[in-house]
Amino acid sequence: MRIDCPCCGSRDIREFTYKGDALALERPDPDAGDAVWNDYVHNRDNPAGPTRELWYHEMGCAAWLVVTRDTVSHEIKAVELASAAKGDVA
Amino acid sequence: MAETVADSVKLIATSPCAGLLPLSIGTMTASEEPPAALTSIAAYRGQEDALSEMLKTAHGMGWPKPGRTTGKEGARALWFGQGQALLVGPAPDPGLARHAALTDQSDAWAMVRLSGAGSQAVLARLTPLDLRRGSFKRGHTARTEIAHMMGSLTRLGEEAFLILVFRSMAATLAHDLEAAMQAVAARTRL
Amino acid sequence: MRIDGNGLIDRAKPLRFSFDGHAYDGYHGDTLASALLANDIRLVGRSFKYHRPRGIMTAGSEEPNALVTVGQGAAQDPNLRATTLELYDGLEARSQNRWPSLDWDLLALNDLAAPFFGAGFYYKTFMWPRAFWEKLYEPMIRRAAGLGALSGQANADRYEKAFAHCDLLVIGAGPAGLMAALTAARAGADVILADEDAVMGGRLNAETEEVGEEAGRDWAAGVVAELRAMDNVRLMPRTTITGAYDGGTYGALERVAMHVPNPGPAPRECFWRITARRAILAAGALERPVAFRDNDRPGIMMAGAVRAYLNRWNVAPGRSVVVFGNNDGAHRTAADLLAAGVNVAALVDARLGAATTLDVPFYAGQICGTEGRKGLEAVSIATMSGIEKVQADALAVSGGWNPSLHLACHMGGRPDWAPGIAAFVPRPGMVPGLAAAGAANGAFSTARCLAEGAGAAQAALADLGLKPGQPDIPRAEDGAYDITPLWSVPGKGRAWLDFQNDVTVKDVNLAAREAYRSVEHMKRYTTQGMAPDQGKNSNVNALAVLADATGRTIPETGTTTYRPPYVPVSIAAMGAGAQGKGFAPERFTTSHKASVAAGAPMIEAGLWYRPSYFPAPGETTWRQSCDREVGFVRGAVGICDVSTLGKIDIQGPDAGAFLDFVYTNMFSTLKVGRTRYGLMLREDGHVLDDGTTARLGENHYLMTTTTAAAGLVMRHLEFVRQGLRPDLDVQLVSVTEQWAQFAVAGPKSRELVNGLLDTPIDNEGFPFMGCGAVTLGGIDARLFRISFSGEHAYEIAVPARYGDSLFRTLKTRAEALGGGAYGMEALNVLRIEKGFITHAEIHGRTTAFDIGMQGMMSRKKDFIGKTASQRPGLMEESRERLVGLKPTGDVRQLTAGAHLFNADDPAIRENDQGYVTSVGFSPTLGHYIGLGFLKHGPERIGETIRMVDHLRGVETTCEVCNPVFFDPEGGRARG
Repeated sequence: MRIDCPCCGSRDIREFTYKGDALALERPDPDAGDAVWNDYVHNRDNPAGPTRELWYHEMGCAAWLVVTRDTVSHEIKAVELASAAKGDVA
Repeated sequence: MAETVADSVKLIATSPCAGLLPLSIGTMTASEEPPAALTSIAAYRGQEDALSEMLKTAHGMGWPKPGRTTGKEGARALWFGQGQALLVGPAPDPGLARHAALTDQSDAWAMVRLSGAGSQAVLARLTPLDLRRGSFKRGHTARTEIAHMMGSLTRLGEEAFLILVFRSMAATLAHDLEAAMQAVAARTRL
Repeated sequence: MRIDGNGLIDRAKPLRFSFDGHAYDGYHGDTLASALLANDIRLVGRSFKYHRPRGIMTAGSEEPNALVTVGQGAAQDPNLRATTLELYDGLEARSQNRWPSLDWDLLALNDLAAPFFGAGFYYKTFMWPRAFWEKLYEPMIRRAAGLGALSGQANADRYEKAFAHCDLLVIGAGPAGLMAALTAARAGADVILADEDAVMGGRLNAETEEVGEEAGRDWAAGVVAELRAMDNVRLMPRTTITGAYDGGTYGALERVAMHVPNPGPAPRECFWRITARRAILAAGALERPVAFRDNDRPGIMMAGAVRAYLNRWNVAPGRSVVVFGNNDGAHRTAADLLAAGVNVAALVDARLGAATTLDVPFYAGQICGTEGRKGLEAVSIATMSGIEKVQADALAVSGGWNPSLHLACHMGGRPDWAPGIAAFVPRPGMVPGLAAAGAANGAFSTARCLAEGAGAAQAALADLGLKPGQPDIPRAEDGAYDITPLWSVPGKGRAWLDFQNDVTVKDVNLAAREAYRSVEHMKRYTTQGMAPDQGKNSNVNALAVLADATGRTIPETGTTTYRPPYVPVSIAAMGAGAQGKGFAPERFTTSHKASVAAGAPMIEAGLWYRPSYFPAPGETTWRQSCDREVGFVRGAVGICDVSTLGKIDIQGPDAGAFLDFVYTNMFSTLKVGRTRYGLMLREDGHVLDDGTTARLGENHYLMTTTTAAAGLVMRHLEFVRQGLRPDLDVQLVSVTEQWAQFAVAGPKSRELVNGLLDTPIDNEGFPFMGCGAVTLGGIDARLFRISFSGEHAYEIAVPARYGDSLFRTLKTRAEALGGGAYGMEALNVLRIEKGFITHAEIHGRTTAFDIGMQGMMSRKKDFIGKTASQRPGLMEESRERLVGLKPTGDVRQLTAGAHLFNADDPAIRENDQGYVTSVGFSPTLGHYIGLGFLKHGPERIGETIRMVDHLRGVETTCEVCNPVFFDPEGGRARG
């Protein structure tokens, strides 16, 4: 598997570290309530299909990335910087 | 408690690869680069242009684009990660600190030059980076994995590379370079 | 038998080799298989289950029978296929799975007991008594059934791993692959051409046909020479592409030095990871057998292999050969045999209305049985007019060809059934970027292979944005294939499908009868396709038999899943370089050499190596050293290298705000020149890490992390910076490696420090938790008045180049003051005496509340983990909370990992009250002390509790106490 890092270009998977769903970028307000916080901290969908997930280019440029990946075909459809992607998580 | 007056202290400097390099196998040589000031430069928000200007004025080189180097032998800036460059050689102009976080890294990295025919083949055993001459040209640089270590790789010539790994891992770099150099050299004799 | 001819062997270079201890002759260019056949060695192995005599069946990597062991002792390399093993002078090969000898194998008795060994016999026969399975049945079966064995010793042979990148990877160098590589390379693409064989050319080296105006193999050699001269082409002979993976990544196994007697430091094999923007699968096709009674005798061989041995190696598989097939290949084989002067005893064609123009005894019919104990002696031919027996010592069989589509299916795709060739073909697009061409795509004539190879290359070039030139496709054979499917010949007896795992038609039928109708179930029940050849010779035949037995079509029955690797890959190649020092990088502190020289045993802390203790003369146990070193710190001064702790330089106008967000407590209010302890949570409210952070300037902080979590914290901080708070202008740089940092701890620490500094310090200028720049011997350094021992202590940091020198100086001067260096054992005791936590306590399931630090969670600001940490469940009094423990019972010992129980309760899980995390013997207090977590902990100070370590068999009672055992007021650190 390879990820096309916006800084470094196409790189081998071993340079990256996985975190989880890109939902983690959408941190709720401190007073958003238990239900919202519970969702944010614990609940994740497990779709057969496209996902947006966070990868860290730890062995490379140290950028956090949002990778849009299809869990069925493994196709990576988009890669963007987390700092730029913040805000457009559905 | 009585405080004593300082005796004269004389600290001796040791280089990261002392006792490990140089290493010559076949046509290839791995040697430690001479000590140089290494400064991490990380631009503050909106300061990239001002920083690049100042870098030109003070050190004669521009801010390197991702994967590129600026400057020349002896005074060089390596792109060193997102929003970061590593100034190699001169002590940084203090004025740069207005535009960027400056961090002394002179002792943090082991700097090794690998050169001679077969060097690219040696690196192909240590890093997943695409090293082909068309993709990784002279003056190109990359942050990548080198023998399971975070590192920096720069092509200095047709068969000459600059390798940086953490100082504490210099022995592992020397060990893995030696194994790869031996294997590459042995293939040519088959 | 070697015959005349101009094959690809060099008769001017004779070689000596041995097989099972007997010496034989061969030539350069031979494989072990061709050389054995040239020496009339037909029996080369015993089968897996029944120990049936077996001979060479194929001429390629799919070989099921001719597996041998090469090398002795630790370097013993089992299960090498004689068909791909290039002969070299002095090669010593041994047969496998026989005892006492290949010729006289006692376990051949298994063959007589065959009725008991049908499909699923493991499950049926060895069921009772249950205890016998592990002790008796399994070891017995494993000894009897098997392949070659490893030596059980560490192998010192060299292997390597490497990476390669290209625009186009061409898999296979037959006519299709060569044409593809040539077309792409001439257009300027970066091409890697990989082929299993030492000599590229594929079937062109095994056949007599022409390409263009020359012999096919000469055309191939010419193309290879042209490619070799091009800078943009990398030829990889002896290289099998083993798997296709995501993102255009392919695994490849290269046999580097397996064909030379003394490779020196050259690796035996190299495992490549090749990244290709496009790939062409031109891996050819594999000929398939036909199942008929006793079709496994030595001398029975694939027809294509017979032609390869004849034409490439000038070896006749026998003196009198019968050829049997269901396609035109059988006739071609008979013609080649005739041309080579070998007697063709019969040509048997299973197709209706078949005929021949060749001058050979011709039968329209099928082989229905064979004879010959250790080699073929006769075959029985069933025709319309009855059964006829023909004497022969070799039988060439062709049941048709299966495209080598394996790689195209490695990402989970299923192939299509092509009725015209009665075989599966790759469905386009199953592996993104990979296209099949030639025989691998079901195109079986040489002319079609050449055209498809050129076409696939042109398509790839277009994808790559390169301009394809007009390919110059030479004229070549374009004969019909004309197959009538024949999977098994009906009749009594055993007819083999899977030669390597000894699976017969009967076994598959039995599986179907016993309701294992799914091909995946049949495979597992019969073990068909589960041997090292992974069913290359048997999968399609077996599923055709299953289809027949279950009344379905072949496409309805479907295939099993194709998985990498395509050929067996030695673990040595996969894990190359990972033995010994190659296993993981080693991180050495600047004091490493001096510590080792002082006799300190080094222990691993992540990738770091740290001194455990520094033994003094006369000390015989680590405890003696540890107690003494604790005494240094409590009574004089101790020195410890703390450079392994993570150090992160944090700069920027928003540095303070950033720290306020990642720590539970405030850092924006910290004064310049001061240091503060900080606690970091995960967003779920549990503790992530702790450490001290110093404010070096208005916009400049230096954070320390624990050694264990340094990487984790950096990753976390970058996530917060980039992903959660891109609004903050702050930069993070690791400086762990830049500074060598040493703890100088104990009542005499200031005396020692002031002996070094160019300008001495005092308590006012440098109070507890103060920090600042200092110089020693003119060198800029940093001094922090922080303490992990509870004593008056400092940490002094110098640029790492001076670390070795400073450590030696500090150690010498500390010794002069009645102290010295201390290691991890003493450091641990010192911190437990003070109740300071490490990752033994903040192990991922504890909260700030659990460790008594709820007061550090600021109410004035938001921070990571704040909201979740205030959930009721994380703040309950009844949680397991940090306490100190001291033993009070007869057993004066505590063990980490032990559990705590109320004195009168049985020590079972339901009664669990908590657990012990850290223990040590305190020489300061004269007894064991421990830290642990206990339900309602702080409320139970003074209670007696029971500690039980089920694992180590230790049990004692202890008193619950304050976790700070020593100097609870903290006066010593401030003094």
